[in-house]
Amino acid sequence: MTTALPVPATSLEELAADYEKKSSAIQRRVIICAGTGCVASGSLKVHQALVEAIAQAGLSVVVDLYDESGASSPLRISKSGCQGFCQMGPLMSVEPDGLLYVKVKPQDVDEIVETTLKNGSAVERLLYVEPRSNTRCNGVADIPFYSRQSRQVLQQCGQLDPEDIREYAHMGGYQAARKAYLEQTPEEICKEVLDSGLRGRGGGGFPTGRKWQLTLVQPGPDKYVVCNGDEGDPGAFMDRSVMEGNPHSVIEGMLIAARAIGANAGYVYVRMEYPLAVKRVRKAVQDARECGFLGTDVFGTGQTFDLEVMEGAGAFVCGEETALLASIEGKRGMPMPKPPFPAECGLFGKPTVINNVETLASIPLIMRFGAAQFRKCGSEKSPGTKTFALTGHVVNTGLIEVPFGTTLREIVYNIGGGVIDDNGALSDQPFKAVQIGGPSGGCLTEAHLDLPMDFDSLRSIGAMVGSGGLVVMNQNTCMVKIARFFMQFTQNESCGKCVLCREGTKQMLALLDDVIEGRGTLATLSLLEEVGRTVGKGSLCGLGKTAPNPVLSTLRHFRAEYEAHVVQKRCPTGQCKALATPEILETKCVGCTACVRKCPVNAISGEKKKPHKINPDICIKCGACSKACRFEAIVGV
Amino acid sequence: MSMAACSCGCTDASAANPKMRQFNKVCEILDRNGRDPNKLIPILQQIQEEYRYLPQRVLSFVAISLGLPPARVYGVATFYAHFALEPKGKYLIRLCDGTACHVRGSMKIYDALRSKLDLSDGQTTTKDMLFTVETVSCLGACGLAPVLMINEEVHGQMTPESAAVLVDEMIEKEKNA
Repeated sequence: MTTALPVPATSLEELAADYEKKSSAIQRRVIICAGTGCVASGSLKVHQALVEAIAQAGLSVVVDLYDESGASSPLRISKSGCQGFCQMGPLMSVEPDGLLYVKVKPQDVDEIVETTLKNGSAVERLLYVEPRSNTRCNGVADIPFYSRQSRQVLQQCGQLDPEDIREYAHMGGYQAARKAYLEQTPEEICKEVLDSGLRGRGGGGFPTGRKWQLTLVQPGPDKYVVCNGDEGDPGAFMDRSVMEGNPHSVIEGMLIAARAIGANAGYVYVRMEYPLAVKRVRKAVQDARECGFLGTDVFGTGQTFDLEVMEGAGAFVCGEETALLASIEGKRGMPMPKPPFPAECGLFGKPTVINNVETLASIPLIMRFGAAQFRKCGSEKSPGTKTFALTGHVVNTGLIEVPFGTTLREIVYNIGGGVIDDNGALSDQPFKAVQIGGPSGGCLTEAHLDLPMDFDSLRSIGAMVGSGGLVVMNQNTCMVKIARFFMQFTQNESCGKCVLCREGTKQMLALLDDVIEGRGTLATLSLLEEVGRTVGKGSLCGLGKTAPNPVLSTLRHFRAEYEAHVVQKRCPTGQCKALATPEILETKCVGCTACVRKCPVNAISGEKKKPHKINPDICIKCGACSKACRFEAIVGV
Repeated sequence: MSMAACSCGCTDASAANPKMRQFNKVCEILDRNGRDPNKLIPILQQIQEEYRYLPQRVLSFVAISLGLPPARVYGVATFYAHFALEPKGKYLIRLCDGTACHVRGSMKIYDALRSKLDLSDGQTTTKDMLFTVETVSCLGACGLAPVLMINEEVHGQMTPESAAVLVDEMIEKEKNA
């Protein structure tokens, strides 16, 4: 995107000054979101159309800030990483006007050029309308989805150009890393991080500073820093957004970690399902190396630290740290027993610190603004903020960042804007459950609406922060099917090393199938609980230990629904096909016989022009009749 | 005819024998990774990019070249979901079945795609080798659920109907190609 960096290695000040010089004439900046979500909605086409429309209108615009042709203009168009409000994409913000346009299409650009860029006013119809109050919001400041968040780690994600190291430097980037190398001892850094109370954002919640101290005391000289970007939890994408939107913050965090433990090499392990994140991190590593922040002479200190980017190959279990290390070593990604912990014996048998993306991206903030500042946000034992991926049946889906201790009510109703029904309309019914922490987590219900969410409070009710996926489910969701969905996932992803995890998840899945398909009894439920507890106790790694959580937690909170499946052989939400009892409503049936002709097993009978009947003994519940009926007379399938 | 020199000593044989010649690419990939057994996964990834799957003969060749037991290479190739031992279609449709997509009805799209492409039970690739339909656990575009990815391009907020339209577009493109 940008032209070659000045070589040889430049100082941070030079980079920042270069950005300052190039951008000083810019008076207005149009930022188009180029995160995975918005790109999928067509943001790159909008970008291109806007550039063309501006040229046609006879205005000049800066697309490449470092274009050597020297073209200058008070208007700049840039791309950013994920701005978080993916559902409303493609997103376009205009600064300093403070405007945020949502769902922008290429055909909208002419109007944007005319109204906003030429005349400085807003294109009303492209502004976000808050669905509950039906008011138009100008920009981030008035949209509850944004204004109620506390964006720290994500703050720069939606603003800066992720492929421009100079802009990152201009915003104060890499200063904390340089200070760590030039002015601080490893002990001081570890203490600062420990004092901040930062806990691992990948789900474990282990104090990061403690992890670093444990690695620091190990003998060198070879030590590693590994960034765990194998974000496999279905329903979570915060790491993806950080890697795409602000890759330099992750690299800076890794540099500080390297200084803190005395590492000379590191790996960034990124899921292969995130091609854009891989590309952006690779580019960022290369730029940092060219500037002398990585390599054999980090910040001119003569110390070595270099990074390699490795793409995963599609194994959920590799999110587990020892499995991830095995994968980097070119082996099957199977977890190893702990201890020894990676801090003592990690990658290639050397002491290794392995941190999650979000954890590493928090580090530069802590080092720059201090542990005390970091502690101002969040709760006593879980300081700071946490990003959550808010998805499912909720008005505003996307990526949010809130302080630890925020309640579910605030997240679902105020930031998320409320629950929607199956047709996407705002529902006045409360949500049924919120699944937190993906396949390792549990369900939260209405009863937990005012629970301050942090590591410990969630653990105390059998759920966990996990990686931070929050999937809201409305009243039409069958909890047994959801539990089965997660079980199917963990069963597929079980690496097969531990018998309990390998076989136990399979048995649990079979038991859930029994419940869903009408073969279950009350004994099935107690067996499910027993197997679940055993799998949790007897598995080696986090995957197996937490795999039964979704089942156990739904059993705890929605036992009546399970019982309806096994006792009355009925699915309260009508989602389980095998338990369906199709029925023809006499009041609606006109006797057109359309269903009779479609039924593959001749289960429907009746006289022409009179209401028909389904023989439940013959019916195979295929639903063909219901599809054929034009009068909505057939219900229950 | 002259072939690029290959450090594993297969130059002459590869030039003469078309069956061996195809390993030249593999040798290039091996060299690019310094023939480092630790780099087995990137090596297999790059090979798969070339062949669209991992042919068994290539796996054995890689094992011998890296000095690893073939079982170890095969073990890695079968462990990771990304590696395919069967050829995949030209268009790889990966439908996300993560939680968010699942609760928003991804399975209906899956069924629609399979019936559109006339795939029988257990079959994932069309007979003309044009399409492969798979599910993946999460593409990380949950805000746009349900999502699918065709090769590297992500499409969001899909419905069974819009997914079928995408397939039609690709079929049309192939006809005109």
